[in-house]
Amino acid sequence: MLSYSIRRILMLIPVLLGMSIVVFSIIRAIPGDPALTILGEKASPKAIEDLREALGLNLPWYIQYFDYLKQIVTGNLGVSLHSGASITQEIGPYLAATTELTIVSMLFAVLIGVNAGILSAWKQNSWFDYCAMLIALIGVSMPIFWLGLMEQWFFAQELKWLPSVGRDNSRNPVEAITQFYILDTILAGQWDQLWEVIKHLILPGIALGTIPMAIIARITRSSMLEVMRADYVRTARAKGLAQFWVVYKHALKNAMIPVLTVIGLQTGLLLGGAVLTETIFGWPGVGRYIYTAIGNRDYPVIQSGILVIATIFVLINLLVDLLYAYIDPRIKYR
Amino acid sequence: MKKRVFSAAMTSLLALSMLLAGCGGSQTAQKPAEQPKTEAPATTPAAEPAKNGPKQLIIGRGGDSVGLDPIQQTDGESFKVTENVFDTLVGYEEESTAVVPSLAEKWEIAPDGLTYTFHLRSGVKFHDGTEFNAEAVKWNFERWMDKSHPQHNKEGFEYYNDMFGGYKGDKDHVIKSVDVVDPLTVKFTLNRPLAPFIQNLGMSCFAIASPKAVQEMGPEKFNEHPVGTGPFKFVEWKRNDTITLEKNPDYWNAGYPKMDKLVFKVIPENTARLTALTSGEIDLMDGLNPDDAQAVKDNPDLQLILRPSMNLGFLGFNVEKKPLDNPKVREAIAYAVNKPAIIEAFFAGLGQPAVNPMPPSIWGHNGNIKDREYNLDKAKQLLTEAGFPNGFKIKFWAMPVARPYMPDGVKIAEAIQQDLKKIGVEAEIVTMEWATYLEKTKAGEQEMFLLGWTGDNGDPDNFLATLLDKNNIGGNNRTRWANEEAHKLLMQAQSATTKEEREKLYLQVQEIIFKDVPMVPLAHSTPALAAKANLVDYKPHPKGSESLEKVDFK
Repeated sequence: MLSYSIRRILMLIPVLLGMSIVVFSIIRAIPGDPALTILGEKASPKAIEDLREALGLNLPWYIQYFDYLKQIVTGNLGVSLHSGASITQEIGPYLAATTELTIVSMLFAVLIGVNAGILSAWKQNSWFDYCAMLIALIGVSMPIFWLGLMEQWFFAQELKWLPSVGRDNSRNPVEAITQFYILDTILAGQWDQLWEVIKHLILPGIALGTIPMAIIARITRSSMLEVMRADYVRTARAKGLAQFWVVYKHALKNAMIPVLTVIGLQTGLLLGGAVLTETIFGWPGVGRYIYTAIGNRDYPVIQSGILVIATIFVLINLLVDLLYAYIDPRIKYR
Repeated sequence: MKKRVFSAAMTSLLALSMLLAGCGGSQTAQKPAEQPKTEAPATTPAAEPAKNGPKQLIIGRGGDSVGLDPIQQTDGESFKVTENVFDTLVGYEEESTAVVPSLAEKWEIAPDGLTYTFHLRSGVKFHDGTEFNAEAVKWNFERWMDKSHPQHNKEGFEYYNDMFGGYKGDKDHVIKSVDVVDPLTVKFTLNRPLAPFIQNLGMSCFAIASPKAVQEMGPEKFNEHPVGTGPFKFVEWKRNDTITLEKNPDYWNAGYPKMDKLVFKVIPENTARLTALTSGEIDLMDGLNPDDAQAVKDNPDLQLILRPSMNLGFLGFNVEKKPLDNPKVREAIAYAVNKPAIIEAFFAGLGQPAVNPMPPSIWGHNGNIKDREYNLDKAKQLLTEAGFPNGFKIKFWAMPVARPYMPDGVKIAEAIQQDLKKIGVEAEIVTMEWATYLEKTKAGEQEMFLLGWTGDNGDPDNFLATLLDKNNIGGNNRTRWANEEAHKLLMQAQSATTKEEREKLYLQVQEIIFKDVPMVPLAHSTPALAAKANLVDYKPHPKGSESLEKVDFK
């Protein structure tokens, strides 16, 4: 297990390096001049040329790349061209906001998705199965944009149960310590604030979690169906074990392997792909941070932002692989 | 052993989750949403600010500020905040661009237009406790104009460069020196007369910052922790989320500000922002969709606020490209554009048809010019005269983003396309990503295109010369129209010293423009805002940002 883990971790180095090259090149391929976009539509040509010079945009690309790599290795993600602030500092709160939202969404997706999938498989071809799979189908094809606006309209505007935007109530903002508001409010012992933060997480959490929930439900169902036909499950049943234990103890463990992959993939996708949810719910997250940076031609932010997200994605995949090897020891010998 | 622990943990987690999910997945979708039901009365977001608590104004807007040092910024979202933290030497009237005293109580202009003496308000303090005086004014201007100044930043100060002809030592630089006469008197000496000089000083970017704070923090940090003399003090900035300001109790304008706290909150999506306003999470919002104006009017809890128009949306011609180099062709297209229909359909009526390249709210506007009416026969006839009886094919560039002056570029282009088809002109609509669009139109790659402009300072020069002077080709003159006569008049107007003289020149320029049709001015839109019904004394300024010192709740 140890040697497998080490091998797996060492593989990260070429992956990350390759990623940095890809990100760097793609960004250079976007048409548009960062100097122009920074200075805005009212800038004079001379000012633009001066700024290009100052930013090193006139240097050959490989020099720019190695400069960039050197910085990254020293933990310096560069400076945002747009705000002039250090990205290493700037990205922290965004990352925390998105991570918090992603965790809540995945919690929602996994809890509901896995259980719905299990029950569907358990009661295959029952009305519950049909309903759950219909909901899952709708869930997969639901435009997040539409879902988010409908949630806001119904739960915030009409019923006034939940707040529609932001991470906290602006009239009584959360004092940020770690930038993870749930943690911050617990640390400060402000329970009413904690409730406020949770309320703000519910609508965007559901909007973001719906698609993964539906995917997880479907995968769990098919995986469970397969496993439940296996001999050992039949044996377990034959020896008179209650159905609940057959399903949750014996079948689930083996059925979880493909589900785990999907959970890992979806978590990574959510982390970077939350742009729509973050836009609709005014969520100050990393998705919108990078998205805005693209509009501003803020090269360093796009580069470093994507690199950070991609690194997290790779790390989640690593975690999934290690978990695999843990659940199914055969994997590490392949 | 370990494995058993893992699977036990997994099982219990899932069992727990099943319990949470209510043992039945059939309610999957509704369940989490039902959770807060029991708490419903307590969870209603505060619809009104607490009567006894601090008076807070939460302002919803579409984008975050770029930075909070006004001189480093050029974007409107930044100025919306800095206007409240800083003051300028002179200000503008509440709803117009007429100059009024601000940090300078009064001023004298020498007859030759080369010396300006400002008498400053006494007893004004920066938020960090330091004194506002003539030294501070001098220091700020030195910082802006002198490239070797330690707090001049490497990217320069875009607006300073534009408004005052470059920096110290540049050929056209306007300000020769700024001298302290006594602690409350400061004298500006100019290299050459600049008619809009005073007007320029009122622009949000030329706000006076605390020299001590800038020196201690440096331009980068100051950009995030601004210190001025304005009605509100900076408290906190959570990027892409909120900027919080608090009341400056020592503000020089006695009795103001009325609010204890201002919070600028970013909510990118227009519809979501309106929802937040309706549900009471915010008190005021800008960037209302024109289509939502009626819903706001119909809601007794809300009020619709209209910002006086100082913008222009236009259809431009790249006059270097055939057949647009022929004025008859351009005029024919001008006849084929149905402005009232466009305003009705796409601006929801919140705007007026444009005749000149600058709005009537700005002095010098030529109201005597009678616009061409929508007339397809006349258009067809002009095309025939120009040698295109069967029309021609052309590429029509449409903006990919919504701007106040152009709510939906592609849809407006499609409407115009339909009319052009009737006179035989086949317009193919081209669109691309916004930054690329700006760049390519600047380089002159387009043929016919849609674009617009929002005024900076209420000076006619800021519209006419910026958009159509030959010196600005490769810059903001994207029509690439180089008319010698117009250029001569515009240059004369820049250095004329009296307003009457300038006005006469601008009236003439507008006639030339109208006759030669380098662009078809489409509309001056009226940007719409929405607020709680009990919000009073909010006076939106045409330039797009304003101090909120007088705003109050009834």
